[in-house]
Amino acid sequence: MNNKDNKPKNLYEELCKDYRFKEGFHTCINCGTCTAICPAAEFYKYDPRKIVSIVQTRDDQQIEELLKSDTIWYCGECMSCVTRCPRKNGPGLVIIALRDLSARLGYFTESEKGRQLLPLTHIMTGNILNYGYCVHPKSFKWEDHKESGPVWKWHTEHLEQSLARQGANYMGDGPGILRKIPQESLDELKAIFDVTGGTERIRIVEEYSKAKAEEMGMDMEEYERQAFEYCSDKHFNH
Amino acid sequence: MITEGKQKIWSDYQKEIPDDHWYYVRSCIRQNFFPASEKMFTEITQKVLGKDLYETPHHTTCGGIAYHCDTIPQETVMTIVARQFALMTEAGYENYVPSCITSFGNYCEILETWHEFPELEAKIRENLWKACKREFKKPKYLAHTSDLIYHWRNAIAAKAKHHLVNKETGEPLKIVEHIGCHYAKMFPSKGVGGAEYPYVLAGMVESWGGQVVDYPERRHCCGYGFRQYHVKANRGYSVSNTHKKFESMEPFHPDAIITNCPGCPYFLDRWQYVIAEQTGKTYGKDGFGIPVFTYEEMAGIILGYDPWDLGLQLHQVAVEPFLDKIGVEYDPKAKYLGMNKEDIMRPELPKSIKCC
Repeated sequence: MNNKDNKPKNLYEELCKDYRFKEGFHTCINCGTCTAICPAAEFYKYDPRKIVSIVQTRDDQQIEELLKSDTIWYCGECMSCVTRCPRKNGPGLVIIALRDLSARLGYFTESEKGRQLLPLTHIMTGNILNYGYCVHPKSFKWEDHKESGPVWKWHTEHLEQSLARQGANYMGDGPGILRKIPQESLDELKAIFDVTGGTERIRIVEEYSKAKAEEMGMDMEEYERQAFEYCSDKHFNH
Repeated sequence: MITEGKQKIWSDYQKEIPDDHWYYVRSCIRQNFFPASEKMFTEITQKVLGKDLYETPHHTTCGGIAYHCDTIPQETVMTIVARQFALMTEAGYENYVPSCITSFGNYCEILETWHEFPELEAKIRENLWKACKREFKKPKYLAHTSDLIYHWRNAIAAKAKHHLVNKETGEPLKIVEHIGCHYAKMFPSKGVGGAEYPYVLAGMVESWGGQVVDYPERRHCCGYGFRQYHVKANRGYSVSNTHKKFESMEPFHPDAIITNCPGCPYFLDRWQYVIAEQTGKTYGKDGFGIPVFTYEEMAGIILGYDPWDLGLQLHQVAVEPFLDKIGVEYDPKAKYLGMNKEDIMRPELPKSIKCC
């Protein structure tokens, strides 16, 4: 799949259709308050002031470079910038709009951090559509989360007994903690995905990722595992 | 510390919180990592205080984490939320209380966006009808579960069996409060105390006898960052932010941390373990960490519940030094037992951070 196929005539105008962009992008005075407060800017080579400044130029070539870069994927969406901006901008909202456009156009596959969208999509939408939760014990494996410590290893090895001790209704009928979401409710979530573009988004992310994996000479399993685990040292401030 | 100016700011941001009849929706993260906290919330609300709190098994995730991981479009998350509101409407409720800060922020953002752009709300209503044949009314009141515990903090204090006071010295314990970014950073008027000096947890600490610690990085993110944690390659971002907070609070020697958000207690607890394993550094006394609690766990401790009924055995940082300070009695041998005192073994001990 070639991402030249569906490129809109004007990227800035496309961003302007996004409600997050409408809410988060007014006149930026380039004061840099957002960068000063930003947790990501301290860790990554990241400067939200520059991103908003580039968008404000309305220069399509620069915006396209942004959409294909690692830069837009550094933000943690904590929204600390929203509180502090003296001009009521929301750089974090601008980032969400940029990421959305990058996903739709397949530009996300052009950067290491952008390619992480494939495993993230599989984790999140898989959990929602299969279980009705964004996080679920059946997919949150200790092997992928060793930072959760020996206590979590113990918990997951005795999952049903431990959850019962905590008062959970794990995979049970009726209300309660980690209950089994009724199938008719899961069917409604699937219908919502179909009607609102959620299903189409999964398809787009998978198709562009598959094309990129072929270009990189990888099978999909290797591509997805690398996207999930590999971190080059080019991203950091220190 | 001179606090008069800050108390003035707190008083400028108060919200109306109805005393009863709430429609309850659960948190994806808390059900996984702190399940007993949600159990404690329903226990306090329904059994201790006798309030009406309704839950339907048909409610689902709000989609907030998937949305902030940029994996679902805005219309998808909005229509999932519209379905949640439809379930509330069908149940005959108008006060909506989510057990999650990401959800609370998500609901605030969606309601505000619909207010600004009514044509989008109309589109979402159309989507919901097409997908589910449901209609909805928007909540009359939206509160986070911590808002309700804050609202009832003095009623809880009146039933307290313990206070946040060192039983040996009689001094108030020093408590760090961590709010969670999406509680009020986007919409300060929606949180008790606003974004700069949120009072929701500070109010609980003061009512229950403790002293709030003010420290430089008090408002810094815990480091969740959504994709910055869920993708293995990015987790350095997450631990680095937690590290920054602990380095900042360390000189104030806090006795415990109380948290608001679903992810924050997990990260502030687990990254202490990782920092200790990687560097040997611990932030509590004598090789222990600083215990991290949810507000329901702290309320449960104050009310005299068995610590193991509160799920404190799922913490990686030992809670026993804190329990000992305020004089809570507990059975150390019962910590890791299953239902009906079933032996389900016990976790291995970490190498660097002291655990009980």
